[in-house]
Amino acid sequence: MRLGVLCSGGKDSIYSCGMAKEREEVACLITVHAENEESYLFHTPNVCLVRLQAEAADLPLVETESAGIKEEELVDLGRALDIAAECHGIEGVVTGAILSVYQASRIQRLCRERSLWCLNPLWYTSQEDYMQALIYQGYEVLISGVFSAPFDAAWLGRRIDARALAELKEYARKYRITLTGEGGEYETFVADAPFFRKRIEIVAAEATYHNFRGLFRITGARLVDK
Amino acid sequence: MILLVDLCYRDGSLAREEFVLPIARIVESVGERCRIVHFTRSPGSAARDCKGIILCGTPIMDNGFMDDPSLFSWVPGSGLPVLGICAGMEILTFLAGGTIISCPGIGMTGVRVTASDQLIPGIRMFEAYELHDNACTLPPGYIALAESERCIQMFRDPDRPVYGVMFHPEVGNEWVVARFLTGYCRPSR
Repeated sequence: MRLGVLCSGGKDSIYSCGMAKEREEVACLITVHAENEESYLFHTPNVCLVRLQAEAADLPLVETESAGIKEEELVDLGRALDIAAECHGIEGVVTGAILSVYQASRIQRLCRERSLWCLNPLWYTSQEDYMQALIYQGYEVLISGVFSAPFDAAWLGRRIDARALAELKEYARKYRITLTGEGGEYETFVADAPFFRKRIEIVAAEATYHNFRGLFRITGARLVDK
Repeated sequence: MILLVDLCYRDGSLAREEFVLPIARIVESVGERCRIVHFTRSPGSAARDCKGIILCGTPIMDNGFMDDPSLFSWVPGSGLPVLGICAGMEILTFLAGGTIISCPGIGMTGVRVTASDQLIPGIRMFEAYELHDNACTLPPGYIALAESERCIQMFRDPDRPVYGVMFHPEVGNEWVVARFLTGYCRPSR
């Protein structure tokens, strides 16, 4: 089955892409650039770097713009799916949804309207097993934004390794955040994945942080050999 | 041991993670082990040492499991408690003489309990996640236990612990699977 992977640049979509590549044919990545940082549907920090991820994975990229206004975002996403179907012959869509019924049900409806399959390989996954798999399989996942207590500025740009995961587990236990950040507590950017032919080297970045909200904006990045 | 029958489009498909493994985790959470077998791989022979069967769901575009319904003729003869989820409910409907009708539903929906039963004691309403293109008519003799605006959401065989649910219990209604397991699948066989 030829699939398009909805890609925000974060760990969930990139890992889902890796799963899809193992079992089906990934024809393209699909991304929507939301102007609104509070977008309900689209993860926003560093989404412009999906272009570099697509190049690293040697996959075509379908990109569209969205004002990021609730529900209107769906029209913009639908447009992206139509382009992916027309240009890359996709038969289905893969998302990185884990727990979000809001996200999953809206994308399911868009797909059904277009007779596209909708696959969510991380749906209700074991969050701890998934986070450990990311580390074990060599995904280079960086924290690109924090949006809740108790995250401090030191988390911005930090790689999720075994030590970071242990802290996240402690936060999940103490502060009831979702371990995967599915509740919007943090966002990520993937600089390398097992299926990338090259890795992304970050050469410049800016961090801003205030009152448990912070962004790690990557302002310079390039592909390097692995 | 609980037999989980994977009804998705291919053995080892990408959909297994979404429609089978979340149910397997619920089974394990109540202390049971499970065996996952794709519907094309003779699951009937794998049921012999099992205490119950769960027929799992499929993606909304995935109806290939109904191409050859004779593949499920072993289910009634197994004599085991059965829980059919979404696509699994469609199979139970077919086996019991009901009809599958076109009835799409995606997202959260209110479910009203219409008959009391051991699986849903003391509950009048609950919210559930549905993801289906079809729904089921009530097979002859079966009891409708719960319904939404669109369709029957839960039914059972009046004489045996054979249940169908149209909603996906892994989203907030894990208790349905847990009660099925603890209520009917505990005794060793």
